[in-house]
Amino acid sequence: MLARRIIPCLDVRDGQVVKGVRFREHRVMGEILDLARRYREEHADEVVFYDITASPHGRSVDRSWILRVADVLDIPFCVAGGIRDVAGAEEVLMNGADKISVNSPALADPDLIGELARRFGSQCVVVGIDSSGGDGRWRVHELTGDPSLSREAGRDTLDWVREVQERGAGEIVLNCMNMDGVRQGYDIEQLCAVRDCCRVPLIASGGAGAPEHFVDVFRRARVDGALAATVFHSGQIAIPDLKEYLAARNVSVRD
Amino acid sequence: MNRDVALVDCGGANIASLRFALERLGVEGHFTRDAGRIEAAERVLLPGVGAAGAGMGRLTDAHLLELIPRLTQPVLGICLGMQLLYEVSSEDDTPCLGVIPGQVDLLEASPEHTIPHMGWNQVERRAESRLFDGIPDGSWFYFVHSYAAPPGKHCVGDTEHGRRFASVVNKDNFFGVQFHPERSGQHGQRLLKNFLELPWN
Repeated sequence: MLARRIIPCLDVRDGQVVKGVRFREHRVMGEILDLARRYREEHADEVVFYDITASPHGRSVDRSWILRVADVLDIPFCVAGGIRDVAGAEEVLMNGADKISVNSPALADPDLIGELARRFGSQCVVVGIDSSGGDGRWRVHELTGDPSLSREAGRDTLDWVREVQERGAGEIVLNCMNMDGVRQGYDIEQLCAVRDCCRVPLIASGGAGAPEHFVDVFRRARVDGALAATVFHSGQIAIPDLKEYLAARNVSVRD
Repeated sequence: MNRDVALVDCGGANIASLRFALERLGVEGHFTRDAGRIEAAERVLLPGVGAAGAGMGRLTDAHLLELIPRLTQPVLGICLGMQLLYEVSSEDDTPCLGVIPGQVDLLEASPEHTIPHMGWNQVERRAESRLFDGIPDGSWFYFVHSYAAPPGKHCVGDTEHGRRFASVVNKDNFFGVQFHPERSGQHGQRLLKNFLELPWN
């Protein structure tokens, strides 16, 4: 049986790993390669590197660190941020990333999803969705890396989830903005609604604060993976302990 | 350890991770489509990510269709590279290399079994193989694929995702793994090492 994935997310800015609260007030958490090594040794199932400054400022991610990460990691990793076209995606994949994740550029040009899927295969193409709302209605947000540019994208989240799958997305990362950085648990209601219309792997993001939050999101929202940053970077939750906790509660995890 | 390892260029952008995995084992892989280079190598790796049709197209363009099935040194197909060892893939109805009998088909999607099959899954041993030396039965490996071959005569390890499929195959000097050993942590690294150290004349 497929293991539920535990995925540390490293928000990268200017070559360092940072983390903000509700997408604001970023503080430095450490060096990229040090954290990558640590997560490899802790048996993280995958690592996501997200350049939070790339998309809003019209810049591309600095690609030089990707090769160094690929050298260090013997587990899969995904790069997000600033990938706007097939050439940019190819460069990231050639440098050793296993997947590329697109968010704002896919909202600006939805055809990009299909172009990437046709060139590299759906399995490489992750679509990240920043979403907030409640009471059964959620809206997509864009350019969330920069508080001064972040805005609603004019799309209903569930519609966008359906559309990106039709266009060839191989995985969806749903970042529930209401819960991001506040460690009160994943947005189970929203994730359940998305799960019901998502036939590709679904990764939950935003809100992890305690081991029981992971049990909840795997059991109740039936997501394929759970992504978190602060609780892992700070050492508050050690991944081996978390996996033991999950296994004891009959959640299938890779030991 | 065998030093002369040819990595056959059969499409797919992601080759850096495999090259790094070999480097961690002290081996430099040569990325090539040159028939002479491939024929002379001590070990041949057939990697590949992407569609079967595109992969076979690249092998056809490089005039490798007849060479690869005739190779006598150990050959390891990884992911798409394993699928290309079979007779045919239903992905775009693509005739493949025909080294291993059987057909590669699309896995069946369901709410519990999403496609692509992406993530860590367990390999259950079905027959002895030197590839498994030092790797416990039921170990986890990293998979990313939508198509797979049924467990057949040459299947030495299988995996369940909706249905059971062949995740490790071996026929004579040809080996295939449906997962990505270069992205499967310590066990993946050990499997690659086992392949490179296979006793072979």
